[in-house]
Amino acid sequence: MAEKWKTGLLGWIDARFPLSSMWNDHLAEYYAPKNFNFWYYFGSLALMVLVMQIITGIWLTMNYKPDAALAFNSVEYIMRDVNWGWLIRYMHSTGASFFFITVYLHMFRALLYGSYKKPRELIWIFGMIIYVCLMAEAFMGYLLPWGQMSYWGAQVIISLFGAIPGIGDALALWIRGDYVVSDVTLNRFFAFHVIAVPIVLLALVVMHILALHEVGSNNPDGVEIKKVKGPDGHPLDGIPFHPYYTVKDIVGVIVFLIFFCIVVFFMPEMGGYFLEHNNFVPADPLKTPTHIAPLWYFTPFYAILRAVPDKFLGVVAMGAAIVLLFFLPWLDRSPVKSIRYRGLSYKVTLAVFVISVLALGYLGGEPPSPLYTSLSRLFSILYFAFFGALLILPIFEKTKPVPDRVTSK
Amino acid sequence: MKKHIFLLLLTIIPVLSLAAEEGVHLDKANIDPDNQQSLQRGARLFVNYCLSCHSAGLMRYERMGKDLGIDEKLVSENLMFTGGRVGDLMVVATNPEDAKEWFGTVPPDLSVIARARGVDWLYTYLRSFYLDPSRVTGVNNLVFPDVGMPDVLWELQGWQKPVITTEKDPDGTEHKVINLELVTPGLLSPQEFDRSVRDLVNFLDYMAEPGKHDRQALGVKVILFLLVFLVVAYLMKKEFWKDVH
Repeated sequence: MAEKWKTGLLGWIDARFPLSSMWNDHLAEYYAPKNFNFWYYFGSLALMVLVMQIITGIWLTMNYKPDAALAFNSVEYIMRDVNWGWLIRYMHSTGASFFFITVYLHMFRALLYGSYKKPRELIWIFGMIIYVCLMAEAFMGYLLPWGQMSYWGAQVIISLFGAIPGIGDALALWIRGDYVVSDVTLNRFFAFHVIAVPIVLLALVVMHILALHEVGSNNPDGVEIKKVKGPDGHPLDGIPFHPYYTVKDIVGVIVFLIFFCIVVFFMPEMGGYFLEHNNFVPADPLKTPTHIAPLWYFTPFYAILRAVPDKFLGVVAMGAAIVLLFFLPWLDRSPVKSIRYRGLSYKVTLAVFVISVLALGYLGGEPPSPLYTSLSRLFSILYFAFFGALLILPIFEKTKPVPDRVTSK
Repeated sequence: MKKHIFLLLLTIIPVLSLAAEEGVHLDKANIDPDNQQSLQRGARLFVNYCLSCHSAGLMRYERMGKDLGIDEKLVSENLMFTGGRVGDLMVVATNPEDAKEWFGTVPPDLSVIARARGVDWLYTYLRSFYLDPSRVTGVNNLVFPDVGMPDVLWELQGWQKPVITTEKDPDGTEHKVINLELVTPGLLSPQEFDRSVRDLVNFLDYMAEPGKHDRQALGVKVILFLLVFLVVAYLMKKEFWKDVH
């Protein structure tokens, strides 16, 4: 077969560009474990959402005006007067939330099956940088509709930089480009949202996938399939990504799209969680809303911030909550990857962590009250305790023997 | 169909509840977006009572006529008081500086007010004006205390007076309850007035997202297509995976 490809158009291209070998390395002859389960859909889904956000974003840019005097009305112009503008806008706004849903589930998969462990530390690091970029992308994109929540959300988040001792105020001023969030801020956020961050995101996604294909995918058993190879040199428990996982992922994509379309077509505001009610009021620098909360995907960190009485220490805690995730590959001392063969202590630790994140996510979106602040403190402590538990508990953990080959199927 | 989609979603996404911002009890608007007559009546009320001070600067008369089944000629003759062409936006002639002097604030644009406030809020707000001699406008509002807006619907509703009673909770704490009582009847009976406000709120809800009806209609088709596609894709996956053991 390989000889035949040397002729014709493909042969001409292959002599000048590694088209066939790239196709083979990453799809047709990339051997993935055959026992991927439900949790393994979310990587390809996140990639699809990224592409969708870029395409809908390009079309939105054709009619959006990054100008404080025009931005709010231009979004409504897209919703009313641009053909199919409402669909593109809702796909983009719903896509932002679904991006975080897929990424959070994708990250949870890594926690379940130890996908961040040696030799996949760099995949995890690249993924974490993608996550941080995604937060920046979402935060800056949320300013663009120029509603009250856009405006005051940006005001609050940028003011957090002001809490850094010494350089804080100058830094916040530098980010805003003005003493308050203004047209200047809107313009630079637009530039970052449509050009700078997406370019970095795309590059990181390529690195994430290259690193994955270099070491090979993990699987629900946490077994290295490359250790057991057949006479043809391919892993016995591996199957070519294309066509097996391409056809399987298409099923995942359609199921995903069904849920996505239910939101886009029937509940685009998602009860105020995807599009906040107050964001249908144009930004007004003189009217502070009574309750300012970030969108749902930031609320766990916002709850940690508010749980700490001191503003600067709150910012430090919020930053630490994200930075600590980068070190997971080295914090988790257990040699066993998959939760299937780990002891009860890890299962309990992970369950407490998930409950803490969900609880913080709820608390961060609610107005503060004495009870909620106490609860935020409790769950913040549990959140951080997760990392300590990963460091210590594996010493006493009773793990089960890991099989040589993958199980099931 | 919609019901099934909704049920399906409920099983996956936890029930999201939205805490009411104010402590005031809001009456249910119970609007019917499919009732075109209600929307037409609402449009007439809107241009007669609201559009003289509030703009709806994101909405075009032409679009309104088309969506609500009102002939273009009827729109320009009966619903447009400012002249201009039927393709114009529903702007207002009042000078913002004058408005600020009269009401203390510029009346907000109402194009997307239903999405910002919610229909129940609007329905309750418009029916909750009461006589208050301490205010410049002579009225106050239960839902929006010390609002700058006068009671523009007074000739339809009549005047209301607050009646304050003290009620006891089951746990013994006392709190004040303000009820409104009609002291001067208006042109409409209370039932007729409630219906009129419901029509108006229905129109405001339509105006906040004129494409909502099309959106939902298209959504049903898209999801039906995806369900068929899902069957095909699943069978294809099954066929390919036959030889994986």
